[in-house]
Amino acid sequence: MLKLPIYLDNNATTPLDPRVLEAMMPYLTEVFGNAASRNHPFGWAAEEAVDYAREQIASLINCDPKEIIFTSGATESDNLGIKGVFEMYAQKGNHIITATTEHKAVLDTCKHIEKLGGRVTYLPVNEEGLISLAELEAAMTPQTVLVTIMYGNNETGTIQPIREIAAIAHKHGALFMTDGTQAVGKIPVDVIADGIDLMAFTAHKMYGPKGVGALYVRRKNPRVKVTAQMDGGGHERGMRSGTLNVPGIVGLGKACELARLEMAADTARLSAMRDRLERELLTLEESYVNGSREHRLPHVTNISFKYVEGEGLMMGVKDLAVSSGSACTSASLEPSYVLKALGLSDDLAHSSLRFGLSRFTTDEQIDYAIGHVKEAVTKLREMSPLWEMFKEGIDLSKIEWAEH
Amino acid sequence: MAYSDKVIDHYSNPRNVGTLDKSKKNVGTGLVGAPECGDVMRLQIEVDEVTNTITDAKFKTFGCGSAIASSSLATEWLKGKTVDEALAIDNMEIVEELALPPVKIHCSVLAEDAIKSAINDYRVKNGMPALEEAKSHH
Repeated sequence: MLKLPIYLDNNATTPLDPRVLEAMMPYLTEVFGNAASRNHPFGWAAEEAVDYAREQIASLINCDPKEIIFTSGATESDNLGIKGVFEMYAQKGNHIITATTEHKAVLDTCKHIEKLGGRVTYLPVNEEGLISLAELEAAMTPQTVLVTIMYGNNETGTIQPIREIAAIAHKHGALFMTDGTQAVGKIPVDVIADGIDLMAFTAHKMYGPKGVGALYVRRKNPRVKVTAQMDGGGHERGMRSGTLNVPGIVGLGKACELARLEMAADTARLSAMRDRLERELLTLEESYVNGSREHRLPHVTNISFKYVEGEGLMMGVKDLAVSSGSACTSASLEPSYVLKALGLSDDLAHSSLRFGLSRFTTDEQIDYAIGHVKEAVTKLREMSPLWEMFKEGIDLSKIEWAEH
Repeated sequence: MAYSDKVIDHYSNPRNVGTLDKSKKNVGTGLVGAPECGDVMRLQIEVDEVTNTITDAKFKTFGCGSAIASSSLATEWLKGKTVDEALAIDNMEIVEELALPPVKIHCSVLAEDAIKSAINDYRVKNGMPALEEAKSHH
């Protein structure tokens, strides 16, 4: 029996893998020590668990275990990386380069940097969601301390040319940071080969628990330092104070280990399922994939259905837990800034759905989703005066709408 | 957002979706809203010229569930009413019937506009003066 609604919003968060929970359980119960307690076995057991998690994480992203700074999640990691570099390298310069399609954790942190007197360049993206390397190169200045560009986009799954971006940043003496939230655990991320100096990521996007993440901070070639954003006991090599979330960290470690072992199989299965979903939904006329289809995370697709209104569409696909490009549960209709940055008109941005598949998504669920979306779009179009006009060959842009 | 049962009912089983022949003299068509605002309603009425009664009403709406429900409800109410009675339909009656929350009141306003716009079209087609009110909400 298919259980409804079907969860296809795995870019928002993933369910906890039972194997991760199993690994965490002892640290939620009998092994409760503080990893910073050096004087007794309770502390040693906790520290040992944390160190093991560091190794599990390090082998997933090919770094040294000492380069992992545990945080509360990707938002904190983004904040720590950007603000920490801005402060630490203030003598070198005050310029940061990012992109318009970044997550709010990066964009709003950059806005904060601007208030502090920093200068930030927000690179535009093309219709595929990719930044231009030439524009990046042109934006680099001797004052540029940091280039921060996300690995894979949360709304479209678009993967940026990370290695090329890192090379340009390094050529001009800047550090390269990436928000790896959606990519780590989903596609191979190798901080050495990719040239990453700092990377934010989180457990709950890869079947781990919420409330725990990490910032990778390179220790050699070059040795990167960030100014702590929280004062306290000097944990995590002085970069992030606060008692370590031992069960969470154990969960992140286990999630990374599973990701490393199962990534190839998950990717093959999920991309085949995603492609089938996409292929079927694109048989609907006037439907479009948003973002690059070539450079994309394997488990994501974002599709706009023209002549269907976003909120009505969300109501029509009530059996699916998906995201829309529309924030129209509030009175103000604010279409997704990511989709708008790709050049989509407001109405196309509103009428988009994001499907994020997971390790636990089944073929049966995808079959149901295909039928359900097709039915909703078809029904809403039969009800849509815009669809009727389109079918009659009327150019909607030529109509003088009675603005409300 | 939680929708009322009546909105869900009209959304799931919309009444009177369709198109009337707008070239007919006794058919009035109202098209209100704009795609970039997220709502476009087209409401049509067919009038018995002898009795001045609305014999048929159809709608098509591009919009959220509340917009679809408002226009669906409007067509239900229009059938059998005289044109004058139809003119008296107030958006707040729609708000009440569908239990629309404050952020969705504009859907009912749009439905009222669509009714007035359709009646206006019918009037103009039949040599009557245009309604002043038809533009009042714009």
